[in-house]
Amino acid sequence: MQLVARTNPVKTLPATGGQVLRDVVGVVAIAALGVAGYFLFPDNLALLTRLIALALLALSLDLVVGYCGIATLGHAVLFGAGAYAAGIACVNGMTEPLTLIAIGAIAGAGAGLVMGTIMLRAHGLAQLVLSIAIVQLFHEAANKASAYTGGSDGLAGLSVGPLFGVFEFDLWGRTAYLLGLVLLVVVFIGLKFIVASPFGMLCRGIKEDPIRIRAMGAFVAPNLLKMFVISGFVAGIGGALAAISTQVVGLDSISFELSANALVMLVLGGIGTLYGAIVGTIIFMGFEHIVSAINPFHWMTMVGVLLIAVVIAAPQGVSGLFDRLWSPAGRGGRS
Amino acid sequence: MNGVFQVDNLSKAFGGLTVSRDISITMKEGARLALIGPNGAGKTTFVNLVTGQLRPDSGTILLGGENVTRLGSVRRVRKGLVRTFQVTRLFSDMTPEEHVTLTVLQREGRASRILSRFFNDSAVAGEVESLLDALGLLEVARRKVGEIAYGQQRLLEIAIALALKPRVLLLDEPAAGVPQSETPRIEQALERLPPSLAVLMIEHDMDLVFRFARHVVVLAAGEIIFEGLPAEVAANSKVREAYLGSYANARQHA
Repeated sequence: MQLVARTNPVKTLPATGGQVLRDVVGVVAIAALGVAGYFLFPDNLALLTRLIALALLALSLDLVVGYCGIATLGHAVLFGAGAYAAGIACVNGMTEPLTLIAIGAIAGAGAGLVMGTIMLRAHGLAQLVLSIAIVQLFHEAANKASAYTGGSDGLAGLSVGPLFGVFEFDLWGRTAYLLGLVLLVVVFIGLKFIVASPFGMLCRGIKEDPIRIRAMGAFVAPNLLKMFVISGFVAGIGGALAAISTQVVGLDSISFELSANALVMLVLGGIGTLYGAIVGTIIFMGFEHIVSAINPFHWMTMVGVLLIAVVIAAPQGVSGLFDRLWSPAGRGGRS
Repeated sequence: MNGVFQVDNLSKAFGGLTVSRDISITMKEGARLALIGPNGAGKTTFVNLVTGQLRPDSGTILLGGENVTRLGSVRRVRKGLVRTFQVTRLFSDMTPEEHVTLTVLQREGRASRILSRFFNDSAVAGEVESLLDALGLLEVARRKVGEIAYGQQRLLEIAIALALKPRVLLLDEPAAGVPQSETPRIEQALERLPPSLAVLMIEHDMDLVFRFARHVVVLAAGEIIFEGLPAEVAANSKVREAYLGSYANARQHA
């Protein structure tokens, strides 16, 4: 009798069940939002495709910042590596779009391996400074290697072949947008699985207390490096998507500015949830689009004001705010 | 049979300050050893030397007859030398269930897997449940650690250590910071530790030491000044001078 009473309460897993349901709802919402964007803004699909590419960058950054606790202001290196790799491959005759995405992903992962190996040597502030140094170096390298990258003029003349041999990358950017949306949804689902895996839990633990993780008998650096490579893979997909959709790769895709913007997006949306990365990108890009039309000179000021407001009013980011509204009982009603 | 855990002539100095001098300890399977000493005696340094956070200047550490002196802390844990922390080191956003599950998965070499679910293995879940049950943590298994009582957090530290199936367990002040009302639960948990496990406990609470330990080592100024049965400790004049005097003072302040 006592045995029954004792084993009953824990055997089932209601907590994870609820989480799965929420994630299904979340993924459906992202897909629905994407499809709605397709029909609501048919003239702005190029902008929306760029939004998706940057959302992939922000997601990739969230893996490193939100799940591993590594501060970086150089994440555009991974994005730029994907963009340039896809661009250079395309100019050299490899025009199949999915192959280009794969090339971008692998290049991003490679860049993640290099950048992670260097950055994980340092901690805290030194690590942050290192990330800035790395992005500046890569930026300068891309600038100097103009024979391959087009230097400051950018790498132009990408003529991407039709998707599956059927769907041309048209002037309206429909194909690019839908390809991007599918990539985003697939990547998002994949990342949700990764952060919910034992490895994802381990990284969360490392973020909170690496000494505790070592005392559990797990190595810290190899696992962080692994996450860096995964992060590079995702950012590389974003970079390749940007290259394919705009048919140009500019130096800005491997810049400090893009890195900092990605971090701003992530903080706006909320770190460590994956949703925050997407929400933050939408807010940032939407804000940029609307405010820069009103006042093209001072829109960054407005972004600054918005950022301050969010950090003070909702330190968990906007998605954290949603979270609290979604489950009002969540805070007090747990017990 | 030789000891499962043997420390020989361990020494460490920081600059001119010797914090550990020629420390030798042998523990057999099932040992219950308490390491006591006044503040600054070098107890925590000893734990850090033994677990690999610090490198000794000289001396050797043998675990099950194997020399682990040159190994890093992670490898020592994997060989069965496990510690708990004096100040709880837990992940405040995770539940006890998640802590122990992660530890069990890590012990089985599955904690770095990407293509697997965290809560999907019934064998792991069963082991986690019985561990939490043994330490009386089942009812808070699904609460965030930041929300449970400090005494329960201390018990979770022990649960995590046990989940690694250690051969030697170092408990760094398991009752530190725990309110009086909760110490009996810690004591109970210590009594129920696997009988074959060799346990070394560092503790300030003398009641706990006398009840738990079958063997006591007293450290003062980095040196072992006494080794013997708990009943003999109080009678030893060296110990009285070095330890109990200052301990009595410390107690007045607390």
